[in-house]
Amino acid sequence: MAHIRINKMLKDYPIGRGKFTALKSIDLEFEKGEFTGIVGPSGSGKTTLLNIIGSLDVQTEGLVEVMGNEIKTLSAKQSSRLRSEHIGFIFQTYNLLPVYTVYENVEFPLILLGMSAPERKKAVLDALEWVGLTDKIKSRPAQLSGGECQRVAIARAIVKKPDIVLADEPTANLDAENSHHILKTMRKINEELGTTFIFSTHDAKVISYLKRKITLLDGKVSNDEVINGG
Amino acid sequence: MILKLATKNILGAGFRTWLNIFILSLSYFAIIALQGFFVGWQDDASREMKNWDFAGGQYWQESYDPYDPFTLEDSHAAIPEDLQKMIVEGNAISILLSPATIYPEGRMRNIVLKGIDPNQCLIDLPTKHLIDTDGEINCIIGSGFADNLNIKEGDYIVLRWRDKNGTYDARDIKIAHVFSTTVLTVESNQIWMSLQTLQEMLDLPNEATIITIKDEMFNKEISGWEHKDLDFLLIDLTNMIQAKTMGSSIMYAILLFLAMIAIFDTQILAIFRRRKEMGTMMAMGMTRSKIIQLFTLEGVLHAIMAIFMGAIYGIPLLRHFEKVGMQLGTDAKEWGLSGLDDALYPVYGWKLVVGTIILVLITTTIVSFLPTRKIAKLKPTDALRGKMTR
Repeated sequence: MAHIRINKMLKDYPIGRGKFTALKSIDLEFEKGEFTGIVGPSGSGKTTLLNIIGSLDVQTEGLVEVMGNEIKTLSAKQSSRLRSEHIGFIFQTYNLLPVYTVYENVEFPLILLGMSAPERKKAVLDALEWVGLTDKIKSRPAQLSGGECQRVAIARAIVKKPDIVLADEPTANLDAENSHHILKTMRKINEELGTTFIFSTHDAKVISYLKRKITLLDGKVSNDEVINGG
Repeated sequence: MILKLATKNILGAGFRTWLNIFILSLSYFAIIALQGFFVGWQDDASREMKNWDFAGGQYWQESYDPYDPFTLEDSHAAIPEDLQKMIVEGNAISILLSPATIYPEGRMRNIVLKGIDPNQCLIDLPTKHLIDTDGEINCIIGSGFADNLNIKEGDYIVLRWRDKNGTYDARDIKIAHVFSTTVLTVESNQIWMSLQTLQEMLDLPNEATIITIKDEMFNKEISGWEHKDLDFLLIDLTNMIQAKTMGSSIMYAILLFLAMIAIFDTQILAIFRRRKEMGTMMAMGMTRSKIIQLFTLEGVLHAIMAIFMGAIYGIPLLRHFEKVGMQLGTDAKEWGLSGLDDALYPVYGWKLVVGTIILVLITTTIVSFLPTRKIAKLKPTDALRGKMTR
């Protein structure tokens, strides 16, 4: 059974008295361990698709099933639980909590899961080791570079060992060197932990790291190809 | 979990947090300090009024009405047997009242003559000065009234009264002593003399208007006499202090209001400034209700931390007030308020402290919660974009 199944999905937004169709006729399936990029120009619906997969938003029509949960039928509490237990998010602007240290930011999802303090400590240190930031655990986001902030965001996304990591333009704010470093880290986590990565991008540097590339154009899938031998 | 996160958030907010906490702590301090003075005043005044006037309660002759001077001439009766027994045992004193006129410096002034046993020791009135000497009628008078009449110890004034048959008589009386008290009910417009002398002057042997008793619990029904307990006797004082307290509450309501505006403003600002943070928390799986709890608790934590900050500077200051009191100046007695001496000493009971803490905590919780209701409608996607959901 597919990890994520999307069938005849449509997403509208009301605009004034009319509506804007952000996504239409989307049929996609994602298997465990994929490293997939959703590419396309701005406004093509990449972020909307990620939001719906991440149960932050719901489709207008069609079916979206994530880890066996039909997104549209979930209550707010069930959506929160799905995100808390199975999904990690990485954002373009990192979205780190400013008053927390690196350690506390990475620890946050584990607190929501109700994990014990010793378990949390081990998991946080492991995650920070994955992204190479064990020397910055006491720093606050304002004291870090953009690349370091994004690595903290990755650590925060993977610390609970989620089944799926959704990344929205993770390299858009980074220079080439940091982008490659981040992508290498994500790919390494994907290969060693088997975490499914789906991320939106229009950054050409990213393409060489992808196993699968889905191209969105005007809210529709215009191309879906397996690359690098998948 | 929520508590830990809330603590981190408010400590992380730095100066803004400490400013809010300081303003809130001022509210605690002001409410406790002001209320402490009123409680202190009420305690002092009640104690003094018991010591100087009411003891454990009074029996009033049934016609007696302190607010109607025309009843004074007729409000006297023979002392009932039960009360007479208590008087003999030293557990009660009888007081006879009569309207009279004095002529200090040639001016006429209506007063109330009060007769009391010079040997009584139930109330603090210095009645030993009333023992008549050398055929003179010795009287005592409060210092406020003496100042008002411009008379002093050793002065003589003309007294005119009417006996029970309506016959006028007049004599010189001697001001044997001028006493100082904060209790206006034993001072204003009244002159004290020996009970026996007054009974003879009025031709009312063994009669009285008021019997003051020692035992607060004694309330036996006695025909022709009405028992007045301390709650009744102190009601004017209690009402006056309550009215003053209500007046002063406006001041601390303003202070509390300012503190609450600071909290409300902080919450509103936080909700608008931290939308992305909320979106991130939602993306990580935090429910809206938990986020509401988190933001409300952050507000409440301000109030809790304000307790500690208030304690740091408040306890020494309140203790200092307790020791030195609030100096009211020498004119305080002229304000016409019982129990007010040169200084007012506050009393801080645990009820006042706990009550104030609860009041501020409840108000802060409500004020912290109100703005957070917006979060309930917030969509995670809007929050992540830094937008408020309409």
